[in-house]
Amino acid sequence: MQRIGVFICWCGSNIAATVDVKKVAAAALNEPGVVFSADYQYMCSASGQGLVKDAIREKGLTGVVVCSCSPRMHEATFRKAAESCGLNPYMVEIANIREHCSWIHKDVAEGTEKAVILMRAAVAKVNLNQSLVAGKSDVVKRALVIGGGIAGIQTALDIAEAGYEVDIVEKKPTIGGKMAQLDKTFPTLDCSACILTPKMVDAAAHDKIKIYSYSEVESVSGFVGNFTAKIRKKARFVKEDLCTGCGLCTEKCPSRKTPNEFNEGMNTRSAIYIPFAQAVPKYAVIDPAACLHFKTGKCGLCERTCDAKAVDYNQKDETIERKYGAIVVATGYNVIKLDNFGEYGYTENPDVITSLELERIMNAAGPTGGALLRPSDKTHPQKIVFVQCVGSRGQRPCDKPYCSKICCMYTAKHAMLIREKYPDTEVYVFYIDVRTPGKNFEEFYRRAVEQYGVHYVKGQVGKVAENAGKLRVYGSDLLMNEQIVIDADLVVLAAAIEPDESAKKIATMLTTGIDTNNFLTEAHPKLRPVESATAGIFLSGVCQGPKDIPETVSQASAAAVKVIGLLAKDQITCNPCVARSDELLCNGCSSCEKVCPYGAITYIDKEVNDHGKREVRRIASVNEAVCQGCGACTVACPSGAMDLKGFTNKQIMAEVDAICR
Amino acid sequence: MQKVAEIAQKRAIQLLNQGVVNRVIGWKKGEFGYDETPAVFTTAAGIEDFRYDVFSAPNLSKYLIDESKKEGKILAFLKPCDTYSFNQLIKEHRVNRDNVYIIGIECGGMADINTIRNRGAAGVTDVADNGQTVIAHTLYGDVTFDKNEVLLEKCQACKGKKHVIFDELIVVNPQDDEPKNRFAGVEAIENMTPEERFAFWREQLSKCIRCNACRNVCPACSCLQCVFDNPRSGVASKASPDTFEEQLYHIIRAFHVAGRCTDCGECSRVCPQDIPLHLLNRKFIKDMNAFYGEYKAGEDSETRPPLVNFSKDDAEPSVISDKGGDK
Repeated sequence: MQRIGVFICWCGSNIAATVDVKKVAAAALNEPGVVFSADYQYMCSASGQGLVKDAIREKGLTGVVVCSCSPRMHEATFRKAAESCGLNPYMVEIANIREHCSWIHKDVAEGTEKAVILMRAAVAKVNLNQSLVAGKSDVVKRALVIGGGIAGIQTALDIAEAGYEVDIVEKKPTIGGKMAQLDKTFPTLDCSACILTPKMVDAAAHDKIKIYSYSEVESVSGFVGNFTAKIRKKARFVKEDLCTGCGLCTEKCPSRKTPNEFNEGMNTRSAIYIPFAQAVPKYAVIDPAACLHFKTGKCGLCERTCDAKAVDYNQKDETIERKYGAIVVATGYNVIKLDNFGEYGYTENPDVITSLELERIMNAAGPTGGALLRPSDKTHPQKIVFVQCVGSRGQRPCDKPYCSKICCMYTAKHAMLIREKYPDTEVYVFYIDVRTPGKNFEEFYRRAVEQYGVHYVKGQVGKVAENAGKLRVYGSDLLMNEQIVIDADLVVLAAAIEPDESAKKIATMLTTGIDTNNFLTEAHPKLRPVESATAGIFLSGVCQGPKDIPETVSQASAAAVKVIGLLAKDQITCNPCVARSDELLCNGCSSCEKVCPYGAITYIDKEVNDHGKREVRRIASVNEAVCQGCGACTVACPSGAMDLKGFTNKQIMAEVDAICR
Repeated sequence: MQKVAEIAQKRAIQLLNQGVVNRVIGWKKGEFGYDETPAVFTTAAGIEDFRYDVFSAPNLSKYLIDESKKEGKILAFLKPCDTYSFNQLIKEHRVNRDNVYIIGIECGGMADINTIRNRGAAGVTDVADNGQTVIAHTLYGDVTFDKNEVLLEKCQACKGKKHVIFDELIVVNPQDDEPKNRFAGVEAIENMTPEERFAFWREQLSKCIRCNACRNVCPACSCLQCVFDNPRSGVASKASPDTFEEQLYHIIRAFHVAGRCTDCGECSRVCPQDIPLHLLNRKFIKDMNAFYGEYKAGEDSETRPPLVNFSKDDAEPSVISDKGGDK
């Protein structure tokens, strides 16, 4: 029989206001095994923990139940307290009477009744608890960063600077991401490429960083400290070790009709191409869908042109397997597709463009060489209308419910830059609210309005229609309470941003959470913003939520620090709550092996002694270092042979029985 | 049918004499003329007792779990639907394929003695099958039935006449392989109101005498120790002390075989209380088909069953409700 102590925390008034803690303490004494109970204002405080420790020593407790906040908050605290006075930490259970009870009830009688039930369930579990001993596992001192935008680059540089190896896997032929496409950056208006490309070069030159460009992570197995990733290096059809990046092949290539991704499809590129002048790594790549050699078997001009003999039409995709201690997801974002926003006529009218397309038009390396010309007739637009919140903060199925966060600022930037360069241009901005929370952001916006005379109109645009070579914009001005019609030459849509489509696949691969908008979920929205809920997986940049560059860089560095903290350890403590197979009950059917997301279960042929009957049976065997204790196998097992230490079927049933009593 | 039985018998003797196998599993005459019973024959002479007729319904696959682990190869006669069970057992590593020589045997559908009786044939002594009709020899003379009218439920809902695994086939009269609609009965229950449905199942399951026949015959229920026999599982009990438990017995069983049940229909066939247990299993099959795409357990011995498979485009809960599942 256990000797159990029950400790009820008031959590100030968080619990005590809705739960009669004295009543719970008194009720505890009626439960089987309970020899002591106490309540205290802050059980997590040093004196509260002292109460628990004293009781363990003086009453000879073999089990502890703390009725308090979520185990995610203080389970570790009380386990450590128990361990410090010789009690196995896994003999401590938390009954969550805050999040699961006091916070969601208003009535004290109801709250108290539920708190008693939750306490009872935890006592029933502790009665069946057994001491567990955690093992250790080694940490592979290398990190994987998925995504080579500014977030991934910054994370990788910081980790590498701390002396650990980092691999960046980027699916595009070059690193740089969205920031490489931007012209100027707010609120300082410095050139994006000028501040980004040195970092790209640093990453490429760093002896601790290895860049796998034009590559994708195909699968990840393992666990914190010991992941194995399979990286598919897509065939470039150009040998990286020979290509000098001279670009002669791209000039000779006769297939020149492919929309240029880097310029958002506003001009074309050749079939063999280098994405942009400062690409890193600067190797050419052949797009087989456009290449005449791949389509007709003829041509071969690039191969003949290349003095370095780098072109290799027979190159195949290559799969590389690498081990990592930590993984950082930095998959970034894309601008949403605007096909479903018929009111703006984006798909019909070439002069309705997205802000990212405007970035390319304004950029010296862009399709117009930096001149502000509208796409349809290459004339200079006299009147430009910016529309904010296109697809952001909306309620329709095609809308995103969230604020994309960066649009207010970049629109102010665009408006300002245009007025600066072309003072004869009239600029209108339709907005719902202007959101400028950031250092020097509000001042920046005020400059656009006051110094540059940008017309800000509070209201939304209902329709954009072509009218005699102009774009007739029907909007409403909510402050003046009137409908306005503007005949514009160019309409720029601040389209919402959404996580890259790879985020969902990667989250699934890494068994980490995503929200309804496909942003990866952090472990705690305030206190653990760069960690995912899965140990060893960290988040960097917009994959976690909309962010501007300064925020992305801060978060990227924060993620790097978390990785460094992990890689600095030689060994990490494993979770002892792992699956265990009862070899006499195991049928060897492989159900558990099939559902195990970690590949922790294998089958062995083993001689068993089943009540005197000796025979060789195929039975499941759990690799305790790999098992993460998710319990999927225990429910898949038809005979009940699989059980989870610390959460045995019996313990869970005892809890359910106690609740139903 | 008579001819098929003779060919099977001859072939069994041949394989025994050639030493290809050292025993044969088939059916022999039971206590009555209509309850052919699984039997293992070890000598050519013994095979005299071999029977294969409209009452050779028992699925022999489950016996092969033990038989295939013994010394030497065994010859097994498997009807089309029995081959699905055998494949599923291979998938679950429960049988040793190398130790079984499978003869896929033609099946024209199995008869239900209860239907024959209910249709007025009392005192049945023996039954003859000549393809289209079934003649019941009774103490009071012969009664002839159209075979389709006296088929077992599982044969009325036949999955098809194709053997999915075999070493050789004995098919004299190739038959139409058109699978029949198996889900009409499930749909009828789905169309009930929740109250009607609850009342229906409460009435059916309250008939249960907990004889465990359904479990014992089920090829998917092949655990070394069943949870209902394991005192440590928390659900073990020999009898059903209350209706709640007897209802849960069948529901737990349906969950345990979900995704593994080949719909061989043996559970309903052997139930002495005529509980339509196959409907529970078929509901799972129907739902899995809707949520995860068409899947027939036992159609092959390699693919991963949907419930123990995980793919990146698995149905999300929202998709399940879109496809008609409960929210």
